[in-house]
Amino acid sequence: MSTPVPSRPGSLSDDSSYEPHVTSDDTPEGEVGPERPPSRRFGVLEAGLVFLRVGPAIGLLILIVVLSQLTPAFASSRNIGNLLAQSAVICVLAIGQLLVIVTRGIDLSVGSTLALGTVTGALAVTAGLPTPIVIVVMLATGAAVGAVNGIVYVYGRLPHPFIITLATLSVARGLALWLSDGQPIQGMPDPIRVIGGQILFGWLPVSTLVVGGIALGALVLTTRMVWGRWIYAVGGNPEAARRVGIPVGATLVSVYVLSGLMAGVGALLTAGRTGAGAPTFGSLAELDAIAAVIIGGASFLGGRGHVGNAIVGALMIGVIRNGMNLLNVDSFFQPMVIGVVIVLAVEADVIRTQLEQRFRLMQALP
Amino acid sequence: MTAPAVDTPRDSGSAPVIAVTDAVKRFGGVIALDHVSLAVRAGEVLALLGDNGAGKSTLIKCLAGVHRLDAGVIEMDGIPVRIDSPATARTVGIETVYQDLALFDNLDPAANFYAGRELASPSWLPRWLRVLRPREMQSATRAVLDDLRVTLPAAGVMVGLMSGGQRQAVSVARAAAFASRVVILDEPTAALGARESRSVLDLIVRLRDQGKAVLVISHALDHVIEVADRAIVMRRGRVVGEAIPTRENQPRIVSLIVGGDA
Repeated sequence: MSTPVPSRPGSLSDDSSYEPHVTSDDTPEGEVGPERPPSRRFGVLEAGLVFLRVGPAIGLLILIVVLSQLTPAFASSRNIGNLLAQSAVICVLAIGQLLVIVTRGIDLSVGSTLALGTVTGALAVTAGLPTPIVIVVMLATGAAVGAVNGIVYVYGRLPHPFIITLATLSVARGLALWLSDGQPIQGMPDPIRVIGGQILFGWLPVSTLVVGGIALGALVLTTRMVWGRWIYAVGGNPEAARRVGIPVGATLVSVYVLSGLMAGVGALLTAGRTGAGAPTFGSLAELDAIAAVIIGGASFLGGRGHVGNAIVGALMIGVIRNGMNLLNVDSFFQPMVIGVVIVLAVEADVIRTQLEQRFRLMQALP
Repeated sequence: MTAPAVDTPRDSGSAPVIAVTDAVKRFGGVIALDHVSLAVRAGEVLALLGDNGAGKSTLIKCLAGVHRLDAGVIEMDGIPVRIDSPATARTVGIETVYQDLALFDNLDPAANFYAGRELASPSWLPRWLRVLRPREMQSATRAVLDDLRVTLPAAGVMVGLMSGGQRQAVSVARAAAFASRVVILDEPTAALGARESRSVLDLIVRLRDQGKAVLVISHALDHVIEVADRAIVMRRGRVVGEAIPTRENQPRIVSLIVGGDA
């Protein structure tokens, strides 16, 4: 899955030439002064910033090329199908997590919420409910946990969403264990098994189509709609957002509901792939989702990030795991490698911030 | 740059755009505004001077809808208005440039201009679900910036990549674009170097020339003398004097500010 990175509000447009002054000071009436040639140093800085922006996507491409050279099995259609199927859940969770992180938040509860969703779904199956209702139950379970996160965070006036989502991480896992008696509940209807587990043409999982549809929807929401503008505004400057009349509280609640809904979709895909609901599913999946967003190049400080970042990051994690398996690297090394990649990604974000500061200073110079 | 020599609004006798009468604001037992009255006419720059704690910021926050007056009347074009939120202030035509700028660093100038009032359609959808009309917002923003002769990096660059002066220019232009009547500026040159202050002062003059009523808080007397048509001095919540800001009046203004017996 390739990820186009269209320019979003706030992104550095590729064709921009910078002119380092506001109005020229040597013309007392404020007439526009002669255009100054764009400085070469600006060009270098700008190139660096653009590189940092597309860096994760380039890294993913390089990784894919290198792996397909190292092991022919990597590029086989069978393996691609596997890789996409394994990455689908992280992709979906990462898209939800991206929305939260853009607003300066974090959602630690998505892994447990996913487990709870598979269990409530399995219970709905056991109760003999029709398949569409089972799907709705899973999605609604996710959205409900998300709504609790958002409402307690905003209207409980918590300083940060870390604690409430940590609490729901615990409560949702506990609920899943209690409702299922700690045991997996077997049996998912065929349509759900198709959504989560069917692979078309030998390489295209149905779950990938689900991910693609959700990514497209998230892309439209974040880049084309007023709501998307609001989440970036809230993430960029919450106080200013309040002053210009953006409904900050409702916007925040909505991103947690959507993140929970994505966990519900993750539950649907997981239950479909395994044919069961189990309280142990999705363990530590929240950390994968957060890692994916950061590795993909969104800023942990909020306000900056794109759906493409989440997808690239999730695929990067999937490709690293899959590649190391194929190369017979001890699976204990996987978390270490992913940890190193996380550090690299965060460092890239730090460097980006510094470059931007340099950029700003240079514009103030005559 | 000096004020126009002839036809200055201060002696034209035109009705004020915005008039505050007997404004009172208390914070607990502290009287922040003690029966303050002032008026600003169209095409006039009024400077609000005073030491820290004199009540200037409280007054403009009441006009901007951040605080509510405990007593007193605000009139726009002679009609009393209730300003009880930032939104109502903007609705009656008052825009404020805050000292901390209140910009979205991660958004470009157009997105900053239209934050909270995005151009979007269709109108039958709830506001948050509407589709943005980015081209219209870009071109309208471009037009305002060109009109004020503000030169920025190419369109679409986020404000966080701009210098202090450019950011201040965006902030002032945003206010100018939406203020039908009154622009309030809180310390517009405080964080800027000489060259960038120059640009912002030019911008203030252009706002005045567009016929806006401009209210400026500033500690920089040089800048006040340069752009303001009148100056009102506040001390301990009261208006203690008014002066035409000129070099000759500077000692008198200073003594009004510090409370000497001039």
